[in-house]
Amino acid sequence: MEILQTAVDIAFVIVMLGVLFAFIRLIKGPSLPDRIVALDMMTVQIVAICALFAISSGETAFLDVAIVLALVGFLATVALARFVERREAGNDDRALTPDLPQDEETGP
Amino acid sequence: MIVEFILVGLVLLGGFFCFVAGLGVLRLPDVLIRMHASTKAGTLGSGLILAAVAVLFADLATVTRAVATIVFLLITAPVAAHMIGRAAFRSGVPMWKTKIEDGAQEALKRR
Repeated sequence: MEILQTAVDIAFVIVMLGVLFAFIRLIKGPSLPDRIVALDMMTVQIVAICALFAISSGETAFLDVAIVLALVGFLATVALARFVERREAGNDDRALTPDLPQDEETGP
Repeated sequence: MIVEFILVGLVLLGGFFCFVAGLGVLRLPDVLIRMHASTKAGTLGSGLILAAVAVLFADLATVTRAVATIVFLLITAPVAAHMIGRAAFRSGVPMWKTKIEDGAQEALKRR
């Protein structure tokens, strides 16, 4: 099992480098969607780190952490994407009540 | 012995793909192209490492949880990418050299 432990250590370093790159993009990102993409990327990579830690420690409880992290990351991404769309819709009251139907031709 | 080589291959390949996904998110030129790296390569890397967990422990509870996580990632990654992409396109983030069809901006406007 020594070779597997070495491989897991190497994979730890590589995946952490990936998280670091995504974090640099999260800081630099010129627009908000860039930052959301970087955050989503970091969540997926931290799921991979949880799985690697489950291998290296022999503790299967870290898989539960991975499942919950994937769920929370998906919800965060969807919420942030909706926030960007909502913000883009501008300051009219349609942004606050998007479900109300808007009739455009209300002229006489 | 064979199982160990399979495990080492899965772990190293998964780590490599996670690294490539991070590099793509850092280096590629605009939002939609960065999303291409994060969605596909990131999901593949995490899926390979989770498959290594399933092969290593090989009992019913662990395999079920690992497969559930992989399936969940495969289902949610396209949905999340679709929502971010639509939001980015609608909010008018500058694109790199992408050719945008006439009327696409109007067709995707929020009604």
